[in-house]
Amino acid sequence: MATAAAQRTARTEPDGAPDTAGGTAEYQRAFDAAVAADERIEPRDWMPDAYRATLVRQIAQHAHSEIIGMQPEANWITRAPSLRRKAILMAKVQDEAGHGLYLYSAAETLGTGREELLDKLHSGRQKYSSIFNYPTLTWADVGAIGWLVDGAAITNQVPLCRCSYGPYARAMVRICKEESFHQRQGYELLLALSNGTPEQHAMAQDAVDRWWWPSLMMFGPPDDESQHSAQSMEWKIKRHSNDELRQRFVDICVPQAESLGLTLPDPDLKWNEERGQHDFGTIDWTEFWEVLKGNGPCNEQRITQRRRAHDEGAWVREAAAAHAAKHAGTAGGTGATRA
Amino acid sequence: MTATVPATTTAAALALGDDALVLSHRLGEWAGHAPALEEEVALANIALDLLGQARVLLSMAGDEDQLAYLREERDFRNLQLAEQPNGDFAHTIARQLYFSTYQHLLYAELAAGDGPFAPLAAKAVKEVAYHRDHAEQWTLRLGDGTDESHERMQRACDALWRFTGEMFQPVDGLDADWPGMADRWLESVTGVLGRSTLTVPEGPRTGAWSAGAGRQGLHTESFGRMLAEMQHLHRSHPGATW
Repeated sequence: MATAAAQRTARTEPDGAPDTAGGTAEYQRAFDAAVAADERIEPRDWMPDAYRATLVRQIAQHAHSEIIGMQPEANWITRAPSLRRKAILMAKVQDEAGHGLYLYSAAETLGTGREELLDKLHSGRQKYSSIFNYPTLTWADVGAIGWLVDGAAITNQVPLCRCSYGPYARAMVRICKEESFHQRQGYELLLALSNGTPEQHAMAQDAVDRWWWPSLMMFGPPDDESQHSAQSMEWKIKRHSNDELRQRFVDICVPQAESLGLTLPDPDLKWNEERGQHDFGTIDWTEFWEVLKGNGPCNEQRITQRRRAHDEGAWVREAAAAHAAKHAGTAGGTGATRA
Repeated sequence: MTATVPATTTAAALALGDDALVLSHRLGEWAGHAPALEEEVALANIALDLLGQARVLLSMAGDEDQLAYLREERDFRNLQLAEQPNGDFAHTIARQLYFSTYQHLLYAELAAGDGPFAPLAAKAVKEVAYHRDHAEQWTLRLGDGTDESHERMQRACDALWRFTGEMFQPVDGLDADWPGMADRWLESVTGVLGRSTLTVPEGPRTGAWSAGAGRQGLHTESFGRMLAEMQHLHRSHPGATW
């Protein structure tokens, strides 16, 4: 541990970036050694610019996904069919706002403010998970999102609890605990529908049919088309490839679908004895890229609602800032204040 | 169980339960639309507390889902204040200020007594203290914020004023000092509005129509539409469990 402590000291920037090329090389070596030793990089440690930029992009987009992801589920809060389900759904949507807040905080440790990140979301310069561009058309979609979408998110995120960047890894530990809870609740919702009336069962099957393929797309493009993967794995931001995680998810879902009494909409899905894994059909990558480009069923609606909430809330945030400025004795802070 | 409960207790449980259910629903409509992420969390939190209260109270009166989803508009006993549409953030805050102040005073009395609502009130009064604080803090920020927020907050306080008298119409089965609560409510709200540089609205607090109307099942027009949305899925699948 003595060497680890020495390394940490060597990696911590005293005052901004080192001023000589030799200094940078030394910092780079210490950074590489820390990553190789599975140590955590912390906010005040030196890190390569590209590492910082990749993390800002990934954490911000993760935060944006939590915030946009509130919409498809909030769509059913006012129509939830029992008070118990309504309470569960409200708590879940609230958790998502909380996850967004953790993740913006984690991103802010890298030197970018929340306002700037939100601005990038609103102007389309940063993305959010493509899954939230699909509509929630029936109550069963709430269950399918919990089971499949949260299930895919957990498969992706559990390895992030060991991500090389400390603040992100710690945020993921908290988030994964809550996500696992949501995922079980989604599964239980679908189970109730599947064992309910014929209409309820059909509703559950229809939702799974519509959400299955988009959930598989959540793992991102195939490994040979994933532009950030190799570097992220080298930096130990990512621990497994897109295709590995996707395979793991399929293998987890198949028996769960069976115990739900529901089928998965893939005629090519079958157990492969040799590989000890399931084979499955080909993802419609054209659809994936179209949704990513903004041409999915709800892209326009999601971003418009987010912008509207932000714009219509501007006067509230200005009031809070003006009030705080007046009462902190630092008058004239932001915006017009009342005389 | 209901057979052993006095009819006045059942009626009072419905009145309080409907207040909480309906206001919770309105707050739930904010999800994904709040002015800041912190308010997404706060409004959902308050909505959840109220829904929790509603479930306990409705269960005292019968089956919670049957009562929430299968009664018609004329059978609901909530205050008209609770059902008022969200409007802008100032309207939502004014509604919260008026309601949470009332609910806090009432639950404090019920918690101190030994009636059937004492256990629920003892738990809920802690939650409602938070709701009241949240509403008071936002009334201060909006009232004493910018010109625009001041105007919006004043308009909201004025618009909802006429629904505030109904809160102090005595409810059978609730042992409380109604005139005393009404005085303490007015004193508290007057103080908050004053500190917020807002004017206490003039005008009547009850009218021929709104005096105790919600408690008698006479509601405002937006309420029917709210129930239609809330109940439609449950009603579309008679007898199903969820």
